[in-house]
Amino acid sequence: MPTIDVNGKPYETDEEGYLVNLADWNEDVANYIAKAENVDMSQNHWEVVNFLRKYYDEYQIAPAVRVLTKAIGKQLGPEKGNSQYLYELFPYGPAKQACKIAGLPKPTGCV
Amino acid sequence: MAAEVKAPPLRADPGAPQALVPGAMAELKPYVANDKMQQALGFPGELTDGWHERAIGRMGELLDKYRSLKVYMDACVHCGACADKCHYFIGTQDPLNMPVARQDLMRSVYRRYFTLPGRLFPKLVGARDLTKEVLDQWYSYYNQCSECRRCSVFCPYGIDTAEVTMAAKEIMDVAGLGQKYTNEILGKVHRIGNNLGLPGPALADTLEGLEEDVKEETGQDVRFPLDEKGAEVLLVTPSADFFAEPHVDSLIGYAKVFHAAGIRWTLSSHASEAGNFGLFIGNYDQLQKVALRIREAALDLGVKRIVVGECGHAWRVAYSYWNTLTGIGAGGEDPFARMLQQQLDSRYRQPTHICELTWDLIERGALTLDKDANDHRVVTFHDSCNVARASRMGDHPGGQFEIPRAIIRAVANKYVEMPRGTTREQTFCCGGGGGLLTDELLDLRVKGALPRMEALSQVASGHGVNFMATICAICKAQFTKVLPYYGFKMGMVGGVHQLVSTAIRLGPKQ
Repeated sequence: MPTIDVNGKPYETDEEGYLVNLADWNEDVANYIAKAENVDMSQNHWEVVNFLRKYYDEYQIAPAVRVLTKAIGKQLGPEKGNSQYLYELFPYGPAKQACKIAGLPKPTGCV
Repeated sequence: MAAEVKAPPLRADPGAPQALVPGAMAELKPYVANDKMQQALGFPGELTDGWHERAIGRMGELLDKYRSLKVYMDACVHCGACADKCHYFIGTQDPLNMPVARQDLMRSVYRRYFTLPGRLFPKLVGARDLTKEVLDQWYSYYNQCSECRRCSVFCPYGIDTAEVTMAAKEIMDVAGLGQKYTNEILGKVHRIGNNLGLPGPALADTLEGLEEDVKEETGQDVRFPLDEKGAEVLLVTPSADFFAEPHVDSLIGYAKVFHAAGIRWTLSSHASEAGNFGLFIGNYDQLQKVALRIREAALDLGVKRIVVGECGHAWRVAYSYWNTLTGIGAGGEDPFARMLQQQLDSRYRQPTHICELTWDLIERGALTLDKDANDHRVVTFHDSCNVARASRMGDHPGGQFEIPRAIIRAVANKYVEMPRGTTREQTFCCGGGGGLLTDELLDLRVKGALPRMEALSQVASGHGVNFMATICAICKAQFTKVLPYYGFKMGMVGGVHQLVSTAIRLGPKQ
């Protein structure tokens, strides 16, 4: 298993850099993964990442894109409640890239 | 992501012979399934001692069980008719992506172990031992075939390359070399009920949210029922329809159609997946195990009809294999199959494609449609490979081509066909089918989309096409990802029922 090294501590990941153990996640790890993805974490990014973790905690899956956009729209205003906004934050796709930074498993299937 | 992925340039003359780039894609390999993923499907965890015997043994069993496979091994005369028909060959120029060359990777091993000349004089007849190097080459190139069967349309002997690829994947799985994307997903279906790993409570929450959204949009109480016993229709649809965009817009379309027609329907948390990756890995037991979930849900919920949503290979499995796999339709001979047979309403096609259902309603005048609502769109239709070449819809030959187009013309004013030779039975794969819709194969996926992008580019620049409709979750996800590499917007792809959703008018008839 590959690992990433954050503040001198190794964390196990899969081949694509998703954390293997959910409990390993912390903000430093998130920043590290984001940097490798060329994502510059702003307050807006953290809002999404925190929502993803909260949702995952309740449902054991990342939220559907529509659930996410609606929640972000409610929290941050309707102009941000759309997938275009999320793609601006996470260019490789909000579902996969944001999950990776949030330390969640990759959504699989025809997505 | 590793190396930068770039789209190849569109060809000036798609008919001209292509330059070859030997070995161009030799290094491309999808991630290997780990031992847990393999064992969850009953396969060896890895390539342990004895893999060679297991592989050759399984190959022998497949040759005995499927006469077709043996014919495909023996019948090819290397005429070359298939050579330039594969989208992956066109996009990569790697000669081993010519269908004939891809099949010969297995044919050479077949000759060595299963023919007399190959056993006695292997070099004379191009027979090869199945070494680890040969197996690695299989892993690379059989994972560069989307099993779309376009090459088979042009083969004078009717050799089905997809079946050869499926056999190769089955042999590799039994040897202990599985592909992560497909095999991890099959495990999730067994554990959770769908490819995404979406548990029941999350599904319920998602559907509730959709009811709110549609209420806001239309003012109508359009329902998205889950696990409702006594419903008339069980809808099985790809789990991507719950999760992703643009997929979810088609799900909303199905719900509006059921609502407008007054059909009581339900989704199932047990069978929350139409897709069946057992087909992609050529494993009959997996194919059956996944399909049986739908039978179990149908019996449990007591439905009269089973309707399949917009998913290409799911419709192939439903239309062509459910009969013998699960007894839905006819042919199953166990008590449960008979029970289901009695329960289902024989006045309807079992199973029914959502497009058949919607088209029947449109023909009967049961839906109120405002075509002008789609006037911001100039629409074309991408035939999905498994629907086009491995299934049918309606009562007439070619119904699988005509019915989706008829729906589009009924809900939109502006419709344009892509060039001949790129649609209907000669349609090009989206480039992501057959279990290849995974990020580490993105380079292959972008290159494989080339011929479809060329066709789309013609109608986009010539006729202003800005929407490519399709009826497959893989096509939707693949195009969303690769369209930007060719300078198109990702929102340009969507479902047929997304168009229906835009045009349909709910509430009392005007």
